[in-house]
Amino acid sequence: MAQASDTAAARRWNQRALAPWLFLAPGLFMFTVYVLWPIVQSVTLSFYDWNGLYNQNGEFTGTFVGTRNYAELMTDPAFETSLWNNLKWLVLYMLALPIGLFIAIFLNQTVTGIRLYKSLFFFPFVISQVVVGLIFAWFYAPNFGLFYLLTESVTGKGTAVLANPDLVTYGIIAAGLWPQIAYVMILYLTGLNNVAPDQIEAARLDGAKGWRMLWYVVLPQLRPATFIAVIVTVIGALRSFDLVSIMTSGGPFGSSRVLSYYMFEMALGEFGFRMGYGAAIAVVLFAIMMVFISGFIWKMWRDEQER
Amino acid sequence: MVRYAKGTIALTAALLMSTSAFAQEKRIVTWNADYDPIPLAAAEALIADFEAANPEIDIQLTNFDHEAYKNAIRNFLTADPPDLANWYAANRMRPFVEAGLFADISDVWANNGLTEALASSVPSSTIDGKQYAIPYTYYQWGIYYNRDAYKAAGVAEPGPEGVTWEQFLSNCEAFKAAGIDCVTTGSSALWPVAGIFDYVSLRTNGYQFHSDLAAGKVSWTSPEARAVFENLGKLQPYVTENHAAIDWQDAAAIFVQGKAANYVMGNFAVGVFKEGGMTNDNLGFMVFPEITAGIARAEEAPTDTIHLTSGAKNPEDAKAFLAYMASADAQSKWNGAVGQLPTNKNATVDAADPFLTAGFEALSTATGGIAQFWDRDADAEYAKVGMEGFQQFLVQPEQLEAILARLEQTRLRLYPQ
Repeated sequence: MAQASDTAAARRWNQRALAPWLFLAPGLFMFTVYVLWPIVQSVTLSFYDWNGLYNQNGEFTGTFVGTRNYAELMTDPAFETSLWNNLKWLVLYMLALPIGLFIAIFLNQTVTGIRLYKSLFFFPFVISQVVVGLIFAWFYAPNFGLFYLLTESVTGKGTAVLANPDLVTYGIIAAGLWPQIAYVMILYLTGLNNVAPDQIEAARLDGAKGWRMLWYVVLPQLRPATFIAVIVTVIGALRSFDLVSIMTSGGPFGSSRVLSYYMFEMALGEFGFRMGYGAAIAVVLFAIMMVFISGFIWKMWRDEQER
Repeated sequence: MVRYAKGTIALTAALLMSTSAFAQEKRIVTWNADYDPIPLAAAEALIADFEAANPEIDIQLTNFDHEAYKNAIRNFLTADPPDLANWYAANRMRPFVEAGLFADISDVWANNGLTEALASSVPSSTIDGKQYAIPYTYYQWGIYYNRDAYKAAGVAEPGPEGVTWEQFLSNCEAFKAAGIDCVTTGSSALWPVAGIFDYVSLRTNGYQFHSDLAAGKVSWTSPEARAVFENLGKLQPYVTENHAAIDWQDAAAIFVQGKAANYVMGNFAVGVFKEGGMTNDNLGFMVFPEITAGIARAEEAPTDTIHLTSGAKNPEDAKAFLAYMASADAQSKWNGAVGQLPTNKNATVDAADPFLTAGFEALSTATGGIAQFWDRDADAEYAKVGMEGFQQFLVQPEQLEAILARLEQTRLRLYPQ
C-alpha cells in the first residue's frame, strides 16, 4: 500500500511542479524569442556603430564604440526635441481620460438608437491610425484644409498647423486624441455597466447628485476602468509613431519628432542607417516605458496581495 | 499623398506573374526598379527590344513605390538579391559598394568603350578606381516658370538667357504685389529646398566651394557660407508660405494654377506640369540667375543608375543588359520617352522638346561643373541635417545663427578636423 501512495505522491508532485511549466512553455518560448531576445540584441547593438548592412558573406560590419552613442545623445538637439515632444504627448494624451469619461456618461442612457450613437462615437477607434493621420493632414492642409479655411475666415490669415514648428506637435496630438478618446470612452462605458445600481439609489436617497455623485459614488467604482484607461493612454502616447510619420515625417525641420520616430529615422530612414544610434534611442525609450510599466506591475501586484 | 504609382505596382506585379508563366525555359534576369508610370512604360519598351534581340533571355522587372524602394533595397540586397537594381550615383551608392553588395562592373565599361561614351559620368560611377554603376539618364535642374503668371502680374518674361539676379528679385517684388508666389516649393519631404540652396550656393561661391561644403571641408560660419544664406534670405520672403507642410506635387498644383510664377525643380516635374494642363506655350525654362559675376556656371544634374548586385544569379546576361542600357540607342529611346537627358554622348535628344533642348544646352555649356544634388553629394546623415537647416531658414530666417551653429556642430562631429 505504501508503494501505491508513493507513486500517487510522485504524481501529485509532478502535477504541481511540472504541469505549470508545461503550460507556460509555449508562452515563455514566444516571450523569450520575440521580446527578451530582441531587448538583449537592441541593448548590445546600442554599443556599436553599424550601418545595417552585412557584407556578401553575411558577416556583421559594425564596430564597437562603447557608450559613445549615448554620449552623443546627450548633446543631440534633435534628441532633446523628441524627448520634449514625448512629454507633451504624455501630458496632453491624458485629456482622453476626462473627455472619454464625459462622453461615456453622456451616452450611458437608454433612448432610441443609443446603440447607433455609441457605435458612431466609437468609430474613430476602429479606423486605422494611418487613415486618421491622412484625414487630419487634409483637415490642416494649407489653402484647402477645413481648419485652414476656418482660421482664415476668423482671423483673416490661415494657420497651416503642420508647417508651424510651434503648433505642429499639438496638431498631431489632437489627431491622436480623436481615436484615443473613443477608446477610453468604450472602456468607461463597460465600466459604467458594472456600477451597482443599489449604491446609486442609496446615494440618491442621501441627497447626492451631480459632481458629488460622480466623484464619491461613481468614480470609485470605475477605478478598474480608469486603471486600464491610464495604461493604454500612457502606452499610446509613448509609442506614437504612425501619426507623426503620416502627417509630417517629423517635420518641419524635425520639430514634431518623437523618440520612436527619431529612432526610425536614425536606424531605418532614408538618410539614417545608424543602427547603433537608433538602438540607443530605443533603449532610452524602453527605459522610460519601464518606469511606467513597473509602476503598473507594482500596483497590480499590490492589489493581488490585498485580496 | 497617396502615390499614384502604387496602382501600377499591383498591375505590374500581376502582369509579371502572368508573363513569367510562359517564360520558363528562358534564362531569367531579375531587375528591381522604382519607376513612376512613364519611366516604367519606357523601361518595358526597352526590355521588349532587348528580349527581341536576345530571345533566350527574359528580363523580369519588379517595380517598387519610389519612396518604399529606398528601404526595400537594403533588405533585398542581402536577403534576396535580384540581378540588377536601380540606385543613384556618387555618394549614395557608396554604402552598398563598401559592404560589397554592388558588384564591380569595370569590365562592362572597358569592353563597351563606356569610359569614352559616358565620359561625363565616369567620376560619379567610380569608387576607388572601379566602376559600380551604369548611368543611363540624368536631368537638369533649373527654374521652370509659368508664362501666364508673368502676364497676370505684368512682368516681362525672361528671355532665353534667363534674367539677372537683381531682375529676378525685383520681379519677385512685382509678383508679391500681384498676390502671386514668386518661387514655390513643397518641402515636406525636405529635398526640394536643397535644390534652391544648391543653386544659390553654386551661384554665390561657385562649384568648388559648394562641393567642399557638401563634403564637410568648409565651415558653415565662414563668410562664404554666410553669403549663401544672405542671398537665400533675399529670396526667402517670396517663397510660398507653408511650403513645409506640402509635397512637391502640391506645389506643382499651385504653379500650374498660376498662383506661383517660378519653380526651382528638376526636369522630371515637366510631366507633372503637363498633366496639370500646361503646354510648351505657357511653361518656360531658364537657368538659375547669375549672382556673383564672373563665376563659371555650374548646374545640377542628378544621375540615375543601374547596378549589378553581388548576389546576382545570372551576372552574365545581366551584364549584357547593362551594356545595352549604356548604349546610345537604348538611352536615346528611354530618355526620349521619359523626357530626360541621356548620359551617352552619342545618344540623341528629341529636338522638338524645348525643355530637353534647353537642358542639354545648359548642361553642355556648364563650364563650372555638374553637381549631383545635395543629398547625393553629401553623406546621408550630413545631407539630412543640412536640408533641415535649409528648410528651417526658409521658414524662420531669424534663426540663422542657431541653424549655422547646429550645422557646424554636426560637421565637426562627422568630419573631425
